[in-house]
Amino acid sequence: MNAPVLPGPLNDNPRLDLWVSFPESGKVTINTGRVELGQGVLTAMAQIAADELDVAITRVTVRSGVTDGMPNEGYTAGSQSIQFGGLAMGQACADVRALFIARAAKILACAGDELAVRDGAFFRNGTATGQDYWTLASAIDLSVNASGLARRKASADLRFVGQSSARSDLPAKIFGDDAFIHDMKLAGMKHARVVRQPNKGASIGTIDEASLRRAAKGAIEFVRSGDFLAIVGDNETAVELAGAAAINHVTWTNVETPTPLQQEANWLLQRPVIDRLLGPPEPSDAQGKQRFEATYSRGYLAHASISPSCGLAQFKDGHLTVWTHCQGVFPLRAALARTLKLKSDDITVRHVQGSGCYGHNGADDAAADAAVIAMLTPGTPIRIRWRRDEEFIYEPKSPAMLVKVRALIDSAGKPADWTAEIWSGNHNGRPGGGNALLAGYALPDQEPLPQANEVPEAAGGGATRNADPLYDIASKRIVHHMVTETPVRVSALRGLGAMPNVFALECAIDELAERAGVDPVAYRLSITTDMRARAVIEKVAAMANWQANAPGGNGAGRGIAFARYKNRAAYSAVIVDLEVDEEIRLRRVWCATDGGLIVNPDGAVNQLEGGVIQSASWVLKEQVRLDGGTASFDWDTYPVLKFSEVPPIDIALINPTSSDMPLGVGEATAGPTAAAIGNAVSHALGIRLRDLPLTRERIMAALLKE
Amino acid sequence: MTTIEFSVNGKPVSVALDNEDTPLLDVLRNDLGLMGTRFGCGLEQCGCCMVLIDGQPEKCCAKPVSSIAGKNVTTVEGLGTPDAPHPLQQAFLDEQAGQCGYCLSGILISAKALLAVNPSPTRTEIALALDGNICRCGSHNRILRAVEKAAAVMRVRA
Repeated sequence: MNAPVLPGPLNDNPRLDLWVSFPESGKVTINTGRVELGQGVLTAMAQIAADELDVAITRVTVRSGVTDGMPNEGYTAGSQSIQFGGLAMGQACADVRALFIARAAKILACAGDELAVRDGAFFRNGTATGQDYWTLASAIDLSVNASGLARRKASADLRFVGQSSARSDLPAKIFGDDAFIHDMKLAGMKHARVVRQPNKGASIGTIDEASLRRAAKGAIEFVRSGDFLAIVGDNETAVELAGAAAINHVTWTNVETPTPLQQEANWLLQRPVIDRLLGPPEPSDAQGKQRFEATYSRGYLAHASISPSCGLAQFKDGHLTVWTHCQGVFPLRAALARTLKLKSDDITVRHVQGSGCYGHNGADDAAADAAVIAMLTPGTPIRIRWRRDEEFIYEPKSPAMLVKVRALIDSAGKPADWTAEIWSGNHNGRPGGGNALLAGYALPDQEPLPQANEVPEAAGGGATRNADPLYDIASKRIVHHMVTETPVRVSALRGLGAMPNVFALECAIDELAERAGVDPVAYRLSITTDMRARAVIEKVAAMANWQANAPGGNGAGRGIAFARYKNRAAYSAVIVDLEVDEEIRLRRVWCATDGGLIVNPDGAVNQLEGGVIQSASWVLKEQVRLDGGTASFDWDTYPVLKFSEVPPIDIALINPTSSDMPLGVGEATAGPTAAAIGNAVSHALGIRLRDLPLTRERIMAALLKE
Repeated sequence: MTTIEFSVNGKPVSVALDNEDTPLLDVLRNDLGLMGTRFGCGLEQCGCCMVLIDGQPEKCCAKPVSSIAGKNVTTVEGLGTPDAPHPLQQAFLDEQAGQCGYCLSGILISAKALLAVNPSPTRTEIALALDGNICRCGSHNRILRAVEKAAAVMRVRA
């Protein structure tokens, strides 16, 4: 018999004691490489472990995100925590349970299948045996590798998975406790602010220290290495004032001044690219079919986390400890080791919660800032907190994208051949690979970096994510132009290319439906044989009481869109009702999602509706402006959706207690929401808008053109 | 060194500062150790730092502490505790109204101020009252439901 294939993260970290321990009587500790980003992952992991170990969830303590003695699961990203990390956790717990059962059976001289576990205690024929996890723990070596042989619980036997479970992290945030990294205090800690290098390659000209000291209105010190300059002091207010004043008192050379032209996606068309073709070559003639072609675009987006990034670090006795709210403590440790010329073993990175990040924001860079300063001031704990403008200007942005859709339409009005041609910067700007931590660009003697690579297709792709329509189309391809120079630093934001790609393809599908004279719901169903795709489309249509061929064009519109995230995570279909005059007002949103077995239904709904709202904000409001520098630097220059602009949202989960494997839901709704808004605006106005965001200016321009 | 006296959550406090323009938020967090009021922007835009000053909701990230001498400040720590939660806090727990939760301290304060003047707000009125608070995760509808629920509980108790 072949050995079972372990779930990826368990295969990478097979030792069971990395995942589970029984540290004291009545308690279970689980370690997950996934970190809490406000998505509720720690609660979901506790549910999974409680079920597989047969213990009450209250016995389970979840540790996460430390580079010592824990599984390395890379990044908490890509809606993969439950789909992959949860699978690994469940199997690790099942294997641990099996080891204990085998041991108990030996002691009790019975067969393992005669034993049952109830809240950690072992029962034989309904009678307590006096053995439990804690009586046996000292005799069982968990430093062995997972076998993957233990059977997972059948869905009918799950007690915690499938039930909405209150989030373990929320009370601290509702009672104003020290819930966040920003609230950490270390004895003897100094505060710091970096005088930020405006761009890679810029050098410090002059530093007017006297003016900065006056601005601080308190004692400050300067710490410098190459073009990395920081202000440090005991009083946070003083370093904050000096840090904010630095723009007037520190001069730089080699400063880049991006222009408004560069903020637009079509600027990408003139840039150097690395080309790839995924799929068969595009046919040179139309083979007697009708051609469709349209171009869609989206500008640069900010993560715009509500809290500016924060990091703490201390270098003591040759060991560097870093506290961070980043998504991957192990990759950050590797990047810090390279940047600081330390061995990985000499660095410990610990995750502490920050505000929602939605991808690669400033967290890693703030941690690196703190680490660099800590190395320059040995023994002193350093805390850095970026300013609001610093976060907006220096966080990596989601790349602008331009997507051309070309299709050949058969005599039935259906697409027979499909091309998505994409221009985009790299969505994989995380530290490591070809990318430095921000501080690394300013420090002297840094190793040159290789060309950064885009997220591989095996991991869902970056710019190409969801560019391949799930519909039944005989011939499909993606032409990917990776733009190697962008006017701002770019990296991963929730869903990577999925939002602009689903916007393009699902708007194109509506345009094809209109050409064919077929209702958008009926048209989608006519080109979809995937039963789960059909189910979410049919469900959302029923929820919204979709009326086929309802007239539009009177300023009120309704649109639908569908996608299966990465074509391998959750299925979501979204319908949006809205009104448009000069601006768009969302009236109501419906969403049906099939995420397979759902661990925490309320948690999943929270993520899905959050994705709807964030996507609506991207579509209606958001674009990073460039004008001599990054001109989106606060909430006035980068507005996001407000409470009064958020519509009621109805979410339905399809078969949430099914025996189907869990599918990642966190990023499933962003693409369909964007396209449903685009389709609803077209329905309302009778004009197709293909460039995001759908601002007042763009709507007015489109109306005037008519 | 200037000494400034005011009260926080009903208790008198006295702080001695080199810079009397130090924002109230910095004093709450760094001098008084009250970390519940969060820093979001320092620009009075996002509402993470919302507190009540003599009962009025105000952003305190850019408010010189000297301007609140003699006044009464209420922070999220003054609302309730896990053992004795404010109805708003209980409703936020019940509705699981939050994702990352960084905005919640300020939102709870804004909601408390709203319910003090309007015990029966509509969804629209609650939303408008919270437009000075940014939630980036998209927990808006849960938050609106929680405030509605808390209002109902408080009306029964009143």
